[in-house]
Amino acid sequence: MLELNVQTIAFFIFAVLSWGGALGLVTTRNLIHGALYLILSLFGGAGFFILLSAPFLAAVQVLVYIGAIAILFIFAVMLTRGMTRLREVVNRQWWAGAIISGLMFVLVIGGVILPVWGEGGTNPNQPVSDLTATTEDLGVALVDGNQFVLPFLVSSLLLTGAMIGAIVVARDQE
Amino acid sequence: MVPLWMYLVVAAGMFSIGVYGVLARRNAVAILMSVELMLNAVNINLVAFWRYVTPMGMSGQAFAAFIFVIAAAEAAIGLAIVIAIYRNRRSTVVEDVNLLKG
Repeated sequence: MLELNVQTIAFFIFAVLSWGGALGLVTTRNLIHGALYLILSLFGGAGFFILLSAPFLAAVQVLVYIGAIAILFIFAVMLTRGMTRLREVVNRQWWAGAIISGLMFVLVIGGVILPVWGEGGTNPNQPVSDLTATTEDLGVALVDGNQFVLPFLVSSLLLTGAMIGAIVVARDQE
Repeated sequence: MVPLWMYLVVAAGMFSIGVYGVLARRNAVAILMSVELMLNAVNINLVAFWRYVTPMGMSGQAFAAFIFVIAAAEAAIGLAIVIAIYRNRRSTVVEDVNLLKG
């Protein structure tokens, strides 16, 4: 049974933040509120990263996701003013989307997660060790020739290309 | 610690909500926000598996870091396209973007 300690309580708080933010985001009419709900949800994700002893990723989540991407969304909402108060928030096939996503949730939970990783499942449920790699190991792995230096460089190129592409696409053709 | 399946359930729920947002919302900005939700759910899954299964390896955290890069690129490109469409069509409703419709 689950013992009630600080970690467990924090987990449930972050779970409520994540799900509440996500639900608010997909249902709200005003997209500025939607962006704020997105920030709430991403903050819950950062809390999970802290609980999973990945502090660097939590910091990146707050800096990049909340500090940059969510603010970018707010700018986009403000630049497309008049679109924040649509009469119809969802399209005509919204019920099909709800059925598909609900079915997917139920199937993933019942078909994969609980049989394999649930109580009495086939795979371990608790961490295999309390020792974890540190942020220093992550930094070394990202530039180590035997590990992730090639994906690291490719993703840097991807980001550069994406930013140049974004400028080209969004520029005003005079 | 909290058992692994709880993290997986939370991430699956966030992903499903994101799928609903992508399929049902009309505003393109809202669709992009839902895509960010899905990417964040994937990140939680990656880090949870890293912590519980291979805590001494580096693959899980490295993959999550790459997903951050992908998410930033996707948001920048997506919003640039949305703003370009809004400039031309005065609308970000995806049903109004039907220039390629036969």
